[in-house]
Amino acid sequence: MIPRIHVIGLTLRFPSLGVTVRCAVAIAVIMVWSSLSLAQSPEFSQGNDAPDMFNPAGPNAESIQEIFWVVIGICAVILGLVGTTLIWFIAKYRERPGDNSEPPQIYGSRAIELAWTLAPLLTVTLLAVLVIATVIKLRADPPSTAAHRVRVVGHQWWWELNYPDHGFTTANELVIPVSEPDLAKPIYLQLESADVCHSFWVPRLAGKTDCIPGRTNSMWIQAGEPATYFGRCAEYCGTQHAKMLIRVDCVSQADFDKWVENQKADAVSDDSVAAGRDRFMEMACMNCHAIRGTRAAGEFGPDLTHLMSRKTICSGLALNDRENLTRWISKPDDLKKGCRMPDMRLTEPDVKLIVDYLLSLK
Amino acid sequence: MTSSDIPEGSQALDSHTVVGQTLASSAATRPPLVTQLHDWVTTVDHKRVGLLYLMMSLMFMVFGGIEALIIRVQLWTANNTLVEAETFNQLFTMHGTTMIFFVVMPMIAGFANFLVPLMIGARDVAFPRLNALGFWLSLMGGCTLYLSYFTGKGLLGGGSAPDVGWFAYAPLTSPAYSVGSSTDYWIVGTAISGIGTIAFAVNTIATIVTMRAPGMLISKVPLFVWMMLITSFMILLAFPPLTAAQVMLLMDRHMGAHFFDTQAGGSALLWQHLFWFFGHPEVYILALPAFGIISEIVPVFSRKVIFGYASVAMSSAAIGVIGSSVWAHHMFTVGMSDSLDAFFSATSFLIAVPTGIKVLNWTATLYGGQLRLRTPMLFALGFLGMFLMGGLTGIMLAAVPVDWQISDSYFLVGHFHYVLFGGSLFALMGGVYYWFPKATGRMLDDRLGKLNFWLQFIGFNLLFGPMHISGILGMPRRVYTYQPGQGWEIWNQISTVGGFIMGLAFLTLFWNLAKSLRSGKPAGDDPWDAWTLEWMTSSPPAAYNFEEIPTVRSRRPLWDLKHPEDPDWKHE
Repeated sequence: MIPRIHVIGLTLRFPSLGVTVRCAVAIAVIMVWSSLSLAQSPEFSQGNDAPDMFNPAGPNAESIQEIFWVVIGICAVILGLVGTTLIWFIAKYRERPGDNSEPPQIYGSRAIELAWTLAPLLTVTLLAVLVIATVIKLRADPPSTAAHRVRVVGHQWWWELNYPDHGFTTANELVIPVSEPDLAKPIYLQLESADVCHSFWVPRLAGKTDCIPGRTNSMWIQAGEPATYFGRCAEYCGTQHAKMLIRVDCVSQADFDKWVENQKADAVSDDSVAAGRDRFMEMACMNCHAIRGTRAAGEFGPDLTHLMSRKTICSGLALNDRENLTRWISKPDDLKKGCRMPDMRLTEPDVKLIVDYLLSLK
Repeated sequence: MTSSDIPEGSQALDSHTVVGQTLASSAATRPPLVTQLHDWVTTVDHKRVGLLYLMMSLMFMVFGGIEALIIRVQLWTANNTLVEAETFNQLFTMHGTTMIFFVVMPMIAGFANFLVPLMIGARDVAFPRLNALGFWLSLMGGCTLYLSYFTGKGLLGGGSAPDVGWFAYAPLTSPAYSVGSSTDYWIVGTAISGIGTIAFAVNTIATIVTMRAPGMLISKVPLFVWMMLITSFMILLAFPPLTAAQVMLLMDRHMGAHFFDTQAGGSALLWQHLFWFFGHPEVYILALPAFGIISEIVPVFSRKVIFGYASVAMSSAAIGVIGSSVWAHHMFTVGMSDSLDAFFSATSFLIAVPTGIKVLNWTATLYGGQLRLRTPMLFALGFLGMFLMGGLTGIMLAAVPVDWQISDSYFLVGHFHYVLFGGSLFALMGGVYYWFPKATGRMLDDRLGKLNFWLQFIGFNLLFGPMHISGILGMPRRVYTYQPGQGWEIWNQISTVGGFIMGLAFLTLFWNLAKSLRSGKPAGDDPWDAWTLEWMTSSPPAAYNFEEIPTVRSRRPLWDLKHPEDPDWKHE
């Protein structure tokens, strides 16, 4: 005996237990999927390092989040309507056992089909207008006189960061001043590439923009609270694409000014590490790395003038300390297999001298 | 044409019973194995070529699936060391290329080959030898790609598969960044199979245009045939630019040309435009045949005529046109102008309309029906749900600023697997369960089929659902490992579990295929009580398909035969 239920003139039959269980599992999977993608659950912000786009820290990412929610809302309504209808129809019109009659044939309905052509058309038109408005808003230059410029050059697999207003170059850790409520301090990024395509992506600050060789792209970021924001290369760029991280250090204006002053200066010349400096210049290091105030002027690898002002090495992969520097110089492949820095087969004493020298580059 | 042109039902039944008996008696005196193999290799019979395509597809599905599982295990936890960066990059390149070019494409070509002539009442395709050439080129393309595992570094070096991604963005493919010949294997392998696909499309168009049975106007062909017609035109539009781009890339790599060499003034963006000019229509090339299969399965298993035949057909034609002008939505992050972004965003939104129309038409077909929830129907319904989700996340990606955040993240990976796997492959597997009886004369086991479906449905959602979340949490795609502390592990672990459940689903499929091929229930000519011409002939059909070419008056010729009191042509 199959239980039946009468609702506003419709007879709903309860399907057999097995089918009910299976449908329930299917519905549960769909619900879990959609609710997890839709809800801003606590997991989204778990760990301070999560580069979570739903936890924006600047106006650019905030605008994107707003329009994302609008689109998610519209899609959720559509999913709800169509999904419910689908499941309802499947439950309601299941074959009745023993009933082999052919149901009435419905060949179509011009009115209904016209309706479900026009309704989506209106919806997407609305969406398109909204989206295009946001594009124009985000692409427009924010009105601020306090803007900084940074030239970001993607390399296999690290970031070159050049501050043209101040005339120095650093790597992998983008230091920016914090915006104050009454004074926005946007950073204009001029994005280029030295080799293959890369993409600059710090989700809590803005969407991504590609770094394409032979082309200059631009975007802007702005952060409202001092913190470190994590990001990475988002366009596949070869072997170590996964380990091309970027950190944006947002600091107070005072700290930023102090940092800029230090970066502008030439490298510290400490005679207690002269032996290491000599080794650095004699070996091939200076072919690729620049240290301002010395003969080293290579441009292939990161500028090391103020290496020790950076917290990490290998584009955010390892803490910048004696141990990791030693490991990195004596066997680069250990930290980042396939990286462009060659194993120079230095002797242990040489490595120690060079690391001593590098540690002096405050 | 008058109603007297329609063959009497009794006559048609008689003729195919005779064909069935002939086949049964010939099975007793089967030729020697080598002769049978030789027959398969030299065949130009559209049905055999179709089955060859399907076997090729299943073979490469094993390769692509294993690659995917290794990827999933590597991403189980942060800083995992199962495989190295280079290996991982080769795995996802091979996985993507294999699944697109050598699994879904040949599966579509297989269905089209087997079904189009049967559905339009023809004895074969228009160009049978071109057809066989198309298959062998596709197979050789796949073999060429996989040869790289043996000789990618040159005959004296070891193997190394291509590691440039299935999209092979310039200038990563230039000799400076892609040393050795593995990238050349990618170029040549996919180009060869692409030429085979072009041959297939030419043949399909010619067949549909010229070889329809008497009375079968283009407005009366089954919807699967409609979809294949549109797909074939899209192939003709999309594949030649890809082949041209690949030749340009080969010239860059070996003849000192500079099309994509940015150091010498070439353009990296040129490759992206050429590739996606192929790449996006390709998505619809993979999806439209699936729509066709759904448009066959859903009505038969609902016991109802398709709701709005004309709008399903016309909205697909619209997809063909609009789908060819949305390609740069893959490039919203390359820094195009506002007006280009606006144009491609608008066209991408617009394509949601004809796609939505079809989903609603299929749903409306269920209304008032008698749904027979056999395995093909389960896959078709699974398709509807999964494709709906994939389509909706697609709308999110068409919103340019949202795309700036989620493109190239795992959200995107989730999205396109919902479209290509939850969409195309679910439908194609439904098609396997639906037409297996026609191709082999035996039914696939329905219990195993249902197990297959539920494992796949649950595995699929566990695998690709959480990817949307890891993407929103900032996880980029194509990374061989990730750093801990970002909240990504749990989502990746759910995905991996789902991956293995799906592995089980495919084992079930293969087991079912092997078992049913040997000892499946005999199918008879028309096991599903269906309405299109292929069910009018024997299972498997004779080489000549139909003893007598049927004359057609409506979109459901067998409905007319079975219901002479209320034939379709009275309503069309």
